[in-house]
Amino acid sequence: MSDLVLDSKIPSGPLEQKWDHFKLGAKLIAPNNKRKYTVLVVGSGLAGASAAATLAEQGYDVKCFCFHDSPRRAHSIAAQGGINAAKNYQNDGDSVERLFYDTIKGGDFRSREANVYRLAQVSTSIIDQCVAQGVPFAREYGGLLANRSFGGAQVSRTFYARGQTGQQLLLGAYQALERQIALGAVKMYPKTEMLDVVVIDGHAKGIVTRNLVTGQVSSFAGDTVVLATGGYGNAYYLSTNAKGCNVTATYRAHKRGAYFANPCYTQIHPTCIPVEGDFQSKLTLMSESLRNDGRVWVPKSRDDKRQPADIPEGERDYYLERKYPSYGNLAPRDISSRAAKEACDDGRGVGESGLGVYLDFADSIKRLGVDTIRERYGNLFDIYRTITGEDAYQRPMRIFPAVHYTMGGLWVDYNLMSNLPGLHVLGEANFSDHGANRLGASALMQGLADGYFVLPYTLPVYLASVDKKKASYTTDHPAFKETEAAVNAQLQRLLSIKGKRTVTSFHRELGLLMWDKCGMSRSEAGLREALQKIPAMREEFWQNVNVPGSGDCLNQSLELAGRVADFLEFGELMCVDALHRTESCGGHFREESQTEEGEALRDDANFAYSAAWEYKGYGAEPELHKEPLEFEKVHLAQRSYK
Amino acid sequence: MNFHLKIWRQRDADSAGQLEDHEARDIPPSASFLEMLDIVNEGVTLRGDEPIAHDSDCREGICGTCSLTINGVPHGNFKAGIATCQLHMRTFKDGETIYVEPFRAKAFPIVRDLIVDRSSLDRIIQAGGYVSVRTGSAPDANALPVPKQSADLAMDAAACIGCGACAAACPNGSAMLFTGAKLSQLSLLPQGQAERGQRAVAMVRQMDKEGFGNCSNIYNCSAVCPKEISASFIARMNREYVLSGLTAGLSNNPTRGNGE
Ligand SMILES: Cc1cc2nc3c(=O)[nH]c(=O)nc-3n(C[C@H](O)[C@H](O)[C@H](O)COP(=O)(O)OP(=O)(O)OC[C@H]3O[C@@H](n4cnc5c(N)ncnc54)[C@H](O)[C@@H]3O)c2cc1C
Repeated sequence: MSDLVLDSKIPSGPLEQKWDHFKLGAKLIAPNNKRKYTVLVVGSGLAGASAAATLAEQGYDVKCFCFHDSPRRAHSIAAQGGINAAKNYQNDGDSVERLFYDTIKGGDFRSREANVYRLAQVSTSIIDQCVAQGVPFAREYGGLLANRSFGGAQVSRTFYARGQTGQQLLLGAYQALERQIALGAVKMYPKTEMLDVVVIDGHAKGIVTRNLVTGQVSSFAGDTVVLATGGYGNAYYLSTNAKGCNVTATYRAHKRGAYFANPCYTQIHPTCIPVEGDFQSKLTLMSESLRNDGRVWVPKSRDDKRQPADIPEGERDYYLERKYPSYGNLAPRDISSRAAKEACDDGRGVGESGLGVYLDFADSIKRLGVDTIRERYGNLFDIYRTITGEDAYQRPMRIFPAVHYTMGGLWVDYNLMSNLPGLHVLGEANFSDHGANRLGASALMQGLADGYFVLPYTLPVYLASVDKKKASYTTDHPAFKETEAAVNAQLQRLLSIKGKRTVTSFHRELGLLMWDKCGMSRSEAGLREALQKIPAMREEFWQNVNVPGSGDCLNQSLELAGRVADFLEFGELMCVDALHRTESCGGHFREESQTEEGEALRDDANFAYSAAWEYKGYGAEPELHKEPLEFEKVHLAQRSYK
Repeated sequence: MNFHLKIWRQRDADSAGQLEDHEARDIPPSASFLEMLDIVNEGVTLRGDEPIAHDSDCREGICGTCSLTINGVPHGNFKAGIATCQLHMRTFKDGETIYVEPFRAKAFPIVRDLIVDRSSLDRIIQAGGYVSVRTGSAPDANALPVPKQSADLAMDAAACIGCGACAAACPNGSAMLFTGAKLSQLSLLPQGQAERGQRAVAMVRQMDKEGFGNCSNIYNCSAVCPKEISASFIARMNREYVLSGLTAGLSNNPTRGNGE
């Protein structure tokens, strides 16, 4: 490998002891010195809110920013299914080792062992913490915590709060954050969008923001910047993400020197409500916990337009059960999604568009009674009825895969610091512990692990490494003025075009292309085509977009335009990454690389690394850096869920 | 489907606002209310005008961002248990005139058009809507069993999405359902006991300070609540408040509405 190799700063020693060793040897900041350090936390979802609250408790001077009107509205709120932890409360053989192994395997052997092991270790503390905060997790009749099995796990390690787990966890973190705000330990800046990172002498030392109500562009100086700004699934326009999710914070940090790792690793979730029409603004997830009791099928013959109830048992293809007898309907997300696509590509899809498969509860209702099913999934059946007008107690749900989560993100080392010193990245925004595919109920775990239990220990490594006296800056430093000027210039440019197309029309056009060429399956020809089209789309955007109004007040078109401008550059990076990775792995399925049975075929000899891309200028080919993945504990195996 | 819309436009908090007429044409019945507004806004933008500002994010009824008063009703429906984003055009009559206004309450100043500032709700939480537990100091989660009944009831209360429809629907602009839900959640759980008394007093005081009104037992709050939070949590709040007042010698304001 001639390419540049990255240092991930993994502590030495056996895997099981790395984190403990690290903590023992780690530098500490003296209590009375902590308040002298200003930490700028951008994002207040699970990762950001938990980090901001914990760092403030520890005594740091914390400023926290989000574009929402309240930290409680972050997209984390929408997570339904649950959060994993290796508590083994069910005594079903779970352990830190097993959660570690499942996560590595689920990620198709493309994640960093040391991080995943640490994640599994701290998972148990997360549950303790959340319960102590008053998070009302589901309980058994004896009063102890209930668990369910989730997303292809063979043990019951998922904790949940009805279908609103993300909401309850976020409210727990939000309340901890609000407490620190009331104490004056955190200064909160809602409705404030970070639009750039300020780099001084090669270190991230501040941010430039826009107040979304007044339009005011301002600078904030800090000793370190923490990005916890979520994922970029909306590069596809339609996804299960909230409308506001975007790549701006991480992409603009990328343009300032932070490497973007594995951008092509995106997760397509198998159980979402199918698309209805062009007007559709987002897709709705049906929690995959439904697959615990629902059976997935399509008709055996093509173009079978009969009502589901009229299709006899013998003429149904329960394809997941057929292809993956040991996991059946619980096969991991990437595998289930691809299988649905295959069935639909084969002309056996259901619903008007033919882009759907059935998720059928009839057998479970027969076995467990309708009340049990209602108790378990009532709110999901209600959501389904509100959106489709159909009653899933009477007829099978129609589901189809949709973009859901992004495993790629800014590259970070073991300390959650980017290659750009001083820039830390948490939650879905970093390239994370999920490798090429994330297991269900593991994102909430990772976000909270990063914020509550990892960063508070790793942040001092950076802070203690810089000479505070020499490296403290105020916003009077010219770098702030220059960055502010650049931000203002882009805002003015967007406002001055006043062309003929709306921002949304570009977003939708890009999204369709990404879904088609860089979605559930990717090919060299398709990716090359996308790489031709995206720059042209971007050119047109900068000639012909219409952003009405002005910048000195609330202007939602302007907010969106900035985000779509970034997606129009970032989409290209996703395709570059997807094109270079000629293997299939996890959520990245290259048509050229499959087994005889059509399963993803990895190429460990050539691709057992994380790809971290360096920005080289607008429209220029980015430069590849590699972090080789060394597995000391697990044995690389072709993933099989048969 | 076609609709005639009368939509509230207001440049900022200090300007006067008025209803503006808009036509929504060729709207698919399966579009959501917000998707209908998206379609209208695309048209407005193409005409070179400024689109109608309105808030939304998750568009699946959980983030609590969307906040429209539709035909006089916050989230558009009594007893439907949905947020604006879950309202579909198939529930309207073709050709209907629809009034679209922001959530209105004294404690929710208008930011622009249909967007209001609900930070008053955050400040109620800041006053005491939490359990003071430092990260890393928690005992094992199963060390303290919680009866399933209490846990379930706490979850019923915790389901609140903080949208503020309760206050917008109340003729007194009261946020008692919001506050009562958080107080009830925490007082039903053993983890919330230590701070129980001071929490009730502090949150209720903040509520008053923000300019939210009192409860006069109308229960519009519960009727428009997307999560169908029960008004019995208001009664619970009143009990908490009275109890805490008594124990802390603060009983000078013992009855605050009588929600039971
Ligand atoms: C529908 C759905 C269901 C899910 N269900 C599950 C589940 O059951 N289990 C599970 O483990 N995971 C689930 N996930 C995934 C999980 O919810 C997310 O990965 C996780 O919550 C992300 O948390 P976060 O803190 O990283 O980001 P977010 O919660 O997205 O927070 C991002 C924050 O950054 C702020 N922000 C972003 N950009 C800027 C900017 N430029 N300036 C200022 N602020 C900014 C936002 O305001 C927000 O506060 C689900 C995801 C979806 C979409």
